[in-house]
Amino acid sequence: MSTLLEMRSITKTFPGVKALDRVDLKVREGEIHAICGENGAGKSTLMKVLSGVYPVGSYEGEIVYDGKPAEFRGISDSEERGIIIIHQELALVPQLSIAENIFLGNERSSRGVIDWRETNQKTEELLAKVGLLEAPTTKVDSIGVGKQQLVEIAKALSKNVRLLILDEPTAALQENDSRKLLELMLELKAQGVTCIMISHKLGEVRHVADTVTVIRDGMTVSTLDAAKGLSEDVIVHDMVGRDMTQRFPEHDRQPGEMLMEVENWNVWHPEHADRKVIRNASFNVRAGEVVGIAGLMGSGRTELAMSIFGRSYGRNISGTVKLNGRPVDVSSVYKAIMMGISYVTEDRKSLGLVLDETIRFNTTIANLEGVSSAGMLNRNEETKVAEEYREALGIRTPSVFQKTVNLSGGNQQKVVLAKWLFTAPEVLILDEPTRGIDVGAKYEIYTIINDLAARGKGVVMISSEMPELLGMCDRIYVMNEGALVGELTAAEASQERIMSLIVNEQEELSYGTR
Amino acid sequence: MELAENESAAVQNDQPSGLRQYLMSHLREYGLLFALIVVMIFFQVVTDGTLLKAVNVTNLLLQNSYIVIMALGMLIVIVSGNIDLSVGSVMGFIGALAAVMIVNYDVPVLLTIVACLVAGGIIGAAQGYWIAYWKIPSFIVTLAGMLVFRGLSLWLLEGQSVGPFPREFQVLATGFVPDIFPSGLGSALAGIFGARQVNVLALLAGVAAAGVIFWIGFRQRMRNRQYGIVGEPYGFFLARNFIVAAAVIFIMYKLSTFRGLPNVLITMGILTIIYAFITQSTVIGRRVYALGGNQKAAKLSGIQTERLTFLAFANMGVLAAAAGLVFAARLNTATPKAGFALELDVIAAVFIGGASMSGGVGTIIGAVVGAFLMGVLNNGMSIMGIGIDYQQMIKGLVLLAAVIFDVYNKQKQG
Repeated sequence: MSTLLEMRSITKTFPGVKALDRVDLKVREGEIHAICGENGAGKSTLMKVLSGVYPVGSYEGEIVYDGKPAEFRGISDSEERGIIIIHQELALVPQLSIAENIFLGNERSSRGVIDWRETNQKTEELLAKVGLLEAPTTKVDSIGVGKQQLVEIAKALSKNVRLLILDEPTAALQENDSRKLLELMLELKAQGVTCIMISHKLGEVRHVADTVTVIRDGMTVSTLDAAKGLSEDVIVHDMVGRDMTQRFPEHDRQPGEMLMEVENWNVWHPEHADRKVIRNASFNVRAGEVVGIAGLMGSGRTELAMSIFGRSYGRNISGTVKLNGRPVDVSSVYKAIMMGISYVTEDRKSLGLVLDETIRFNTTIANLEGVSSAGMLNRNEETKVAEEYREALGIRTPSVFQKTVNLSGGNQQKVVLAKWLFTAPEVLILDEPTRGIDVGAKYEIYTIINDLAARGKGVVMISSEMPELLGMCDRIYVMNEGALVGELTAAEASQERIMSLIVNEQEELSYGTR
Repeated sequence: MELAENESAAVQNDQPSGLRQYLMSHLREYGLLFALIVVMIFFQVVTDGTLLKAVNVTNLLLQNSYIVIMALGMLIVIVSGNIDLSVGSVMGFIGALAAVMIVNYDVPVLLTIVACLVAGGIIGAAQGYWIAYWKIPSFIVTLAGMLVFRGLSLWLLEGQSVGPFPREFQVLATGFVPDIFPSGLGSALAGIFGARQVNVLALLAGVAAAGVIFWIGFRQRMRNRQYGIVGEPYGFFLARNFIVAAAVIFIMYKLSTFRGLPNVLITMGILTIIYAFITQSTVIGRRVYALGGNQKAAKLSGIQTERLTFLAFANMGVLAAAAGLVFAARLNTATPKAGFALELDVIAAVFIGGASMSGGVGTIIGAVVGAFLMGVLNNGMSIMGIGIDYQQMIKGLVLLAAVIFDVYNKQKQG
C-alpha cells in the first residue's frame, strides 16, 4: 500500500508550552490508523495541524499528502483535498433537518435557490451508505447521538472524503451504537477511504486498527503494526510510560476518622430519562485523606461530584451521603455548603468565577455571611479576607481589586480555591484542579491540597492526569461508564493498573458477548 | 484544548499608574458626569438661561421623578441579567386603579396607596414567577405583560380619563415640604441673594447634603488608605466631590427660590439612597451582581438564583406602582395612554448609566444620572421648540453613542 499522508517533525508551540515536539505520523492509503495517548498528549492538536485549523506557518515541520506537500491555510483547504475531520463535539445544527445539515455550506442550489429534490435524493443515497434509516427531513435533535455521528459521516462522504479523521468517535455512544460505527468504519475502509481515529478505548482500537501510533507529551513514542499483533499492555505502557520526577510536594499523611461516605449513588441523565449516568457508586473519604477518582473523560466523574453537591446535575438521584457517620441533606448547594462540602468545578471560567468582577468579589461570594452582619456587607472585612487568602495561596496580583479575567489560569484557579476555602469545608471535592495551568502553579496547588489534608480535612480529587493522582492520593477509585470499577491504595496503584482496570472494564462492556 | 487556554490566560494587567491612565480606566464614570454637565451648559446657553430657572429646575425634577423611581428597579432587573418591558403599562394600570378606587369608589387615599403598591408587587411577582421558576425569557414574559396591562388599563378606565383627584392625593407629586423656619429669615436671605423669597429649609438641606457627600467621600478614602487601596488621585477626588456638592447646593438654592423642596424629590432621594445602599453594601445586592455576572457560578456558590430573580421582578412591580401613583397625581387624572412607551425611557436611562445588557454591571447612581441626562435633553429640546420628531432621533442617537462608548472602552481594555 502506498503512503497517503506523511507528517514530518511537526512542532507546535503555544506561549510557554510545547504541545507537539517533532511528531512524525505516516498513514498508508486505505488503512485505519489509530492514534492513542493520554488526555493532553497532543492528539487533538496534531489533528488540528493536519486539518488546517492551525494554518501553515503556525507550526514547524512539513506535511506531504497524496505525494504533494500540503500547506493548508484553513479547513476549507484541507476539505478541498478530501481531508474531513469529525470532532468529538458534533458540529450539527440541532434545529435543522438531516439533509440541511449534510449540505450545510455546500448547498445543492442554483442561483441561491435550493434544489430540495436533489438535496433530499442525495441525502437518501448517503444515508443508505452509512446505514441510517431516517428520512432526510428528520430534525437532527430528534435522533440520538449515535445516529448523529452517522449523519456527520454522511456529511463527510458528501464531500468526497479520502481521509476521514474521527476524534474519539465513540466517547459519547452507547455500546450498540459504538459497534455499528466500528462496522461502518471497516466498510468505508473496504471502499477505499482512509481513516485516522483517535481513541482511548483500546478494545476498539484492537478491533479495527491496522496501525497504532502512540503519542505521549507531544512526542511520537511508537508505531505498532496490527499485522504483528497488538498487545494492549504494550500500548498502555507506551501511553503512560514516563518517569515520575519530583513534581509533587512531600507529604506524610495519617488518615483519621471516617469523614464522608457516599453509598449506592444513582443518577439519571437530566434530559434523556432512560440513560443512567451514575450506577450504584459508593466511596468514602477519611479525615486528613486525599482520595482520587481516576477515569477517562466522560466516565461520569464530574456528574458524580456535581450530583452530590446540591443535586447540581441529573435527576432521580438516589443514595445517601453521610458525614461523620450521620446521613445529611445535601439537596441544595446551600445545604451542601452548610454541611461542610465544597466542590471546585472543572471549568473555572464558566462555572467557577464571575470573570468581570474582582478577586475580592469572587473570594467571598460563596460565604457572604462570613463578611456581613444582618445582611449588610462589611467591605473592609471583605478586603481583609481577600488579602489573607491572596497571601496564603500566593495569588500573584497587584491588588485584590484586580478583575479575575486578567489573571493567569493558575492564579484564577487559586481564586476559585480561595472562594471554597473561605466556606470552611470539611470535605473539598476538586474537579481537575490543575487543568490548563503550568507546572509551577500545579506544584503550589498540590501544596495547598496537602495543607488541607494536614489540617484534617478530607479531599476528593478528580483528575485525568494519572501521574497527578499517583503523586497526591492515598487511595484511588477508578471510574468507568458511570460506575466505580476499582479501588487501589497508593501502594497498589500504578498507571498500568489504573489503565488496565478501565480497559478491561471496557472490554467486558463492549465485547463481553463475543 | 487545554493548551490553548494558556495562550489567552497569560495576560497579567498592572494597576494603572499616573493620572492619564487613571482617567482612562474610569472614563465611564467621569464621562457620564461630564456629559450631563456639558448638556446642561449647552441648553442653558441656547435657551437663554431658561433651563436653570427656578421654576424649570423644579419642573425638571417633577417630570423625571417617575422615570428615576422605575430606573432604580430596572437597574436591578438588568444587572440580574433580565429586562422588564412591562413597566410603562404597569405604571399606567396602577394609575388607573388608583383613579377608579379614589374617584369612582371613594376609597380613602392612604388605603388606596397601600393597595396600589401591593398590587404592583403582585404584578411583578406574577411575571417574576414565570421568569425565575419556569425559565421563560424575561423579554417574552414582560412583553406579554406590557400588552396585558395596557389592555387592563383600557378596560378599567373604560377608555375614558378618570379624575380629578382630591388634593391630598395630588400632593404626592405636586406638593412641597413647608418651610419650618420663620419666614422672616427667608425674606432676609432673599434680600441678600436678590430673590423674591427663599425657602430656608431647602437651602439648608442642600448645604447639609453637600456636607454629607464630602464626609462620606473622605471617610471612604481614609478607609481605603488604611487597607492600602490606591484610590483616585487627590485632585480628582476633590474636584469630583466639589462639582457634585456645588451642583447639589445650586439646585437646592434654585428650588428654595421657587416653592421649596418638592415631596417627590424627598421620595426620590430617599429611594435612591436606599437602593444605592442595597446594591453596594448588602448581601442580597452582591448576589444580584453575581447572578447577572455568571449565573452558573452563582448557582454553584449556593446562591438561590431563582428566588433572587423572582424578588427582582417583585421589587420592580412595587416601584412601577409607586411611579404610577406619582404620575397620576402629577397629571391629576388617569388616562388609558399613561405610561405609553415609558419603559423605553427607563431602560435607556439604565443603559446610558453604564449597565450592561448581559448583566452583572451597572450602578444606581449611573442609572439616576442617566435618567436625568435624558430628562435634561427632553426638557432642553422642548424649551428650544424642537419637534418631537427630532427629539426622538436625538435621544436614540445618545443611547447608541453611550453604549458604543461602553463597548469601545471594554475592547480597548480587554
